[in-house]
Amino acid sequence: MADLMQILTTNPLARQLGVPQPTRLRRGRELPSGPVVLAAVGGAQGHGGVVADSLGLLGLTPQEALVDTPGTRVTETDEDGRTREVPTPYPGKIGAVVVDATAATGLDDLETMRGVLRPALKALESSGRVIVVGLEPESAGAVTAVATQQALDGITRTVGKELRKGATANLVRVDLLTDRPTTAADLASTLSFLLEGRSAYVSGDVLHVGHAAASAAPETRPFEGQIVVVTGAGRGIGASIAETFARDGALVVGIDVPAGGEALSTVVNRIGGQALQLDITAPDAGTRIAAHVAQRFGASARIHTIVHNAGITRDKLLVNTDEQRWASVLEVNLASQLRINEQLLDPDLPGGLDDNGRIVGVSSVTGLAGNRGQANYAAAKAGMIGVARAMGADPRLAERGITVNVVAPGVIATEMWGKVPLVTRTLGERMNSLQQAGRPVDVAEAIGYLADPASGAVTGQVVRVDGQLMLGA
Amino acid sequence: MSEQSSSALRDAVVVGGNRIPFGKAGGAYAAASNQAMLTAALDGLVARYGLAGERLGEVAAGAVLKHARDFNLTRESVLGSALAPSTPAYDLQQACGTGLETVIQVANKIRLGQIDSGVAGGVDSASDAPIAVGEGLRKALIKANHARTPMQRVKALAGIRPGDLAPETPRNAEPRTGLSMGEHQARTAKEWGITREAQDELAAASHHNLARAWDEGFFDDLATGFLRLSRDQGLRADTSVDKLATLQPVFGKGEGATMTAGNSTPLSDGAALVLLSSREWAEERRLPALARFVDAEVAAVDYVSGEEGLLMAPAYAVPRLLARQGLTLQDFDYYEIHEAFASTVLATLAAWESEDFCRDRLGLDAPLGSIDRSRLNVNGSSLAAGHPFAATGGRIVATLSKLLHEKGPGSRGLVSICAAGGQGVVAILEGC
Repeated sequence: MADLMQILTTNPLARQLGVPQPTRLRRGRELPSGPVVLAAVGGAQGHGGVVADSLGLLGLTPQEALVDTPGTRVTETDEDGRTREVPTPYPGKIGAVVVDATAATGLDDLETMRGVLRPALKALESSGRVIVVGLEPESAGAVTAVATQQALDGITRTVGKELRKGATANLVRVDLLTDRPTTAADLASTLSFLLEGRSAYVSGDVLHVGHAAASAAPETRPFEGQIVVVTGAGRGIGASIAETFARDGALVVGIDVPAGGEALSTVVNRIGGQALQLDITAPDAGTRIAAHVAQRFGASARIHTIVHNAGITRDKLLVNTDEQRWASVLEVNLASQLRINEQLLDPDLPGGLDDNGRIVGVSSVTGLAGNRGQANYAAAKAGMIGVARAMGADPRLAERGITVNVVAPGVIATEMWGKVPLVTRTLGERMNSLQQAGRPVDVAEAIGYLADPASGAVTGQVVRVDGQLMLGA
Repeated sequence: MSEQSSSALRDAVVVGGNRIPFGKAGGAYAAASNQAMLTAALDGLVARYGLAGERLGEVAAGAVLKHARDFNLTRESVLGSALAPSTPAYDLQQACGTGLETVIQVANKIRLGQIDSGVAGGVDSASDAPIAVGEGLRKALIKANHARTPMQRVKALAGIRPGDLAPETPRNAEPRTGLSMGEHQARTAKEWGITREAQDELAAASHHNLARAWDEGFFDDLATGFLRLSRDQGLRADTSVDKLATLQPVFGKGEGATMTAGNSTPLSDGAALVLLSSREWAEERRLPALARFVDAEVAAVDYVSGEEGLLMAPAYAVPRLLARQGLTLQDFDYYEIHEAFASTVLATLAAWESEDFCRDRLGLDAPLGSIDRSRLNVNGSSLAAGHPFAATGGRIVATLSKLLHEKGPGSRGLVSICAAGGQGVVAILEGC
């Protein structure tokens, strides 16, 4: 059966009839075509100019943002001769507006936020970007300052829902008033990700960037010569993760169950990687992965990134769920990862996780919001978020430069999603700010960002790749 | 081979192998061609060892049942695989000995320094078997094709008789005797007094051993799932001697008939390959060396006159190989004897134990003796896995190499494969 949405969105007649057309999103390592404009709220330079410096590290020279105030408005006359006062417009489209709100401490500063965003949103190009940088609210000090910083969250999420044509809005929270302040270098990989097409399907998200002892400079092939292990690499999102890491220079070891060997071979052969057929629920799966790495890449080789992507579903309403259905999902989707992490984190294990290594899990919005019929799956996916938070806060891992994060994909157009009934699928694809399903590569790009050697200051985070899904949380 | 020339040769080692799980004829791979199966096995091997885009020394493989269009089967499979298109390939065929014969061929080229790496193995489909037009029709069509005038053409085609329209299907029979392999083997089983119970015991052990090996993950790095099949389709983990005892004999006649569908190999579909190389080639790529190819021997017997059993050639090949290598039959940690029929394995073992056979047929002073049966086909063999003719050699060599590697350096394994036409291909591997 032909896909109704496809007909509605590709037929020229549908466009003329006014059916909303999903925007083709800017993807990959492509910056916005228009200029990046920068505004500081609450102080001339924000807090020490970290945001401006960080953009400078990316080789960007932002223009000064326009600020709407009653005194700067101009009169606009429409076709019928009616006049109204409007903010001074930008001379052309802008690619992104970056707001440094790290120095915002009072409610007056929120009026400046409005003043900056109003003309910028009007001028924002297709797949443009709104990036607000604030503080972790708890670290902001006085009650008013905390309230102001928390208000940024409401503003950014709302802007995300108001934006059209593939534009996104995200909030980045940094530490500037703590004893481990975020530096421009720490922030660079996050700004790079959010500005580029890599973050196409990330909107309405809140990310925290802390501080790392040494944050590497962002590069276009950040994984050159690095060993990256991807579980469940045979199909769907896993295949895209493997391909994206290979594109960025990684030596990919793709893992899948022996039964899935045919699909895994195809993926691995396409990217020049290696296939390791392994049931990740084996008690010694982690040491077997390490042994493979040590043999194939040399005794001193170590894993830079492991992506826990493999997962299964055994959906049933909880009232109908028996212990086997429950256990199998928790075993594959959570327990196996805990064991593999523990084994790979042994610093004396040849082929284990390297210092400055990365652990990235593929969680799900189901882990944040729950989903009817998926109590077991939601338990595992929420559990993964707990794993990332706990390990992200572990000072022993921080000392070794190891970060642990998860991504939480929403509706992603995979082969599996294609089997969901049409109406459910159509609704799911529409119920987000970008009004379309994401692609597997969108998840892969977010994982690549978290795994990037330049993202050492990003740990314990959940990156939602859901186009700001309106269902659930 | 003398000591001197032997020392001039370098080692050929088995790096690893890959096969697709074997399907039952008309089963999971009913619609898969030989080329599709061989390509899948090859791609799985390439992925396992990270060889995408590499040029290997050669790929040698074959199939026993072949369509006319498959005249360049292996080369076409290479071109459809992830290997570099500059990898040469050729087909080789020696009935059920095909797979092991390709291993010998590739190993010898490596030992001589002609190539550094190569893939050997085979494929067969009993499901997608070639069916040809009858001989009368074929000759008439060729004559018509050569005709110069329309009249000649009409005349040629008019010669076709209704009986010529019946297709010719491949038969599992020896062209010179008209007997099926099973019927031949039934004679041998009777001659050696192989009991039904002993055959059923061997068959049950094959199934149990293979099932255990799959359960233990032994094949995790030896097999790649294909077309939704993730284990050998004919494997019956729950079979038993009692269950097998209920089956009716299908080969041989009357009282003495002992061979059933349970203790004979089923017709099967599948492909199996082995990656071989010099030690240097493997080391450069940080690939493992599982086992060293030591030596091989091929024997043939006169089964047409009835002087010897059709599948008894390995009984002659092994003692010649042992003599050349200065070994005894007991010097092995593992024995892989292809289970064409349970009775083939048992008759071969009985022959080596027989003073008369070893003296009269082999010209030996003393019998080779018996083997420790706990070392025989320890992870199952053809009765349980199935036997896609040309694929069996690759399956056995890869399995044995991994076993020997796990056993440790210096461990020794013997491979013995009987083949149609009264031939037998045997080889020795040594663990690395």
